[in-house]
Amino acid sequence: MVFALLSIVLMTADHRQHHLDQVRSALSVVVYPLQYLVNLPVSAGQWFKESLSTRRQLEEENASLRTKQLLLKAQLQKLSSLEAENLRLRELLQSSFKVGQRVLIAELLSVDLDPYRHEILLNRGTTDHVYRGQPLLDADGVMGQVVQVGPFTSTAMLITDPSDAIPVQVNRNGLRSIAIGTGSIDRLDLPHLPNNADIRKGDLLVTSGLGGRFPPGYPVAVVTSVKQDPGQAFARVSATPLAHLNRSREVLLVWPAGHHHHAPKAAKRPSSATGSDAGRAQAREGDPAGARR
Amino acid sequence: MTLMRHHGGGIIVLTFVVALILTIVPVPEWARVARPDWVALVLIYWCLALPQRVGVGVAWLLGIIEDVLTGTLLGQHALALVVVAFLALKLHQRLRLYPLWQQSLTVLVLLTLNQLLILWVNGITGRPAQSWLYWSPSLAGMLVWPLVFTVLRNLRRRFAVS
Repeated sequence: MVFALLSIVLMTADHRQHHLDQVRSALSVVVYPLQYLVNLPVSAGQWFKESLSTRRQLEEENASLRTKQLLLKAQLQKLSSLEAENLRLRELLQSSFKVGQRVLIAELLSVDLDPYRHEILLNRGTTDHVYRGQPLLDADGVMGQVVQVGPFTSTAMLITDPSDAIPVQVNRNGLRSIAIGTGSIDRLDLPHLPNNADIRKGDLLVTSGLGGRFPPGYPVAVVTSVKQDPGQAFARVSATPLAHLNRSREVLLVWPAGHHHHAPKAAKRPSSATGSDAGRAQAREGDPAGARR
Repeated sequence: MTLMRHHGGGIIVLTFVVALILTIVPVPEWARVARPDWVALVLIYWCLALPQRVGVGVAWLLGIIEDVLTGTLLGQHALALVVVAFLALKLHQRLRLYPLWQQSLTVLVLLTLNQLLILWVNGITGRPAQSWLYWSPSLAGMLVWPLVFTVLRNLRRRFAVS
């Protein structure tokens, strides 16, 4: 009886407020060895694969990476000139916009959580300055946000979880909406768009940055179907997430610029080419107009 | 009450650790929804075999650990396992006499109750179950019960856990 009551009290406290975050993060240290143990075969397999690969394989991989990097660098050159131009124009308009976010690469632990929740376990925690509500990306788009932080691990909720919602806008015309998770890994719903909204199949949805949680301008999903029923007040719009939600193994944790949650000193920049931009962004942080979004 | 010396506590802890590992070990997607609740199965076994050692308190602690491990609401699994352990303790004398298949059916009832409690908590906190597949872990649990029972009984006899 006592234990049952205790559990109910605990659940209420955990659900209503976040008083138990300390307890949970302490307990997550206790279960970390278990998670580490489960992850061990996978990481050991990777280590073996890496250390047993032949010289030729490595050379081939190196060459292909080199060409890829060259291509990306060329694209980046164009991008940085566009970025500079964009900033200049925005300064003319006296609006604030920040570039140069800090990122940190985290790895997923191959551990299965509750199958009815879209949550993943990352190998970074408060020791790497991860914080609750931190956005999470992969190479193709937004993946989700951190919901629980322990000292060495953290849990992140994917954007397809039924209790997740992310503010987005249509890249083509800036139409704002909210994308809500459906519980299936390849679909998001946009339930609040009126029937006459200008949205089409194939439209790219990017983060609008309005919630203050996700940085603006990152790709989220592509609209896959728009159904307009004249009898209904709202159109039925669904989209497919761009991030490889169930395939990515490495993810990026982002510290949005202007977020004063002491970002780590050791965090890597996306590439050396954005170093000057980051310096500029930091210079703009002193500017009172620039501190607001 | 006679003074009895407990030993073999390490084996009990070990089986629970293995059960917790089986709860989070990655499996293919089709097996994921039907993963039996290993922790509940092992807990039921120890409640039947050694009711004087493993009881409601152990169940509660295990539940809390499982909650942290799987990222569910703190206390959700704890509540469910406490109820299961309580019923298993109440029924242990009767259950021990049952043949294995009849035990399996009783275990099915206990596991379903376990899931029902979790379903209620999920429903209250706004996460309704999405399909009938939600109940498949209980059926899977019933099917693996004879295996769990035999393995754990052999372990208990081998290491003279009492």
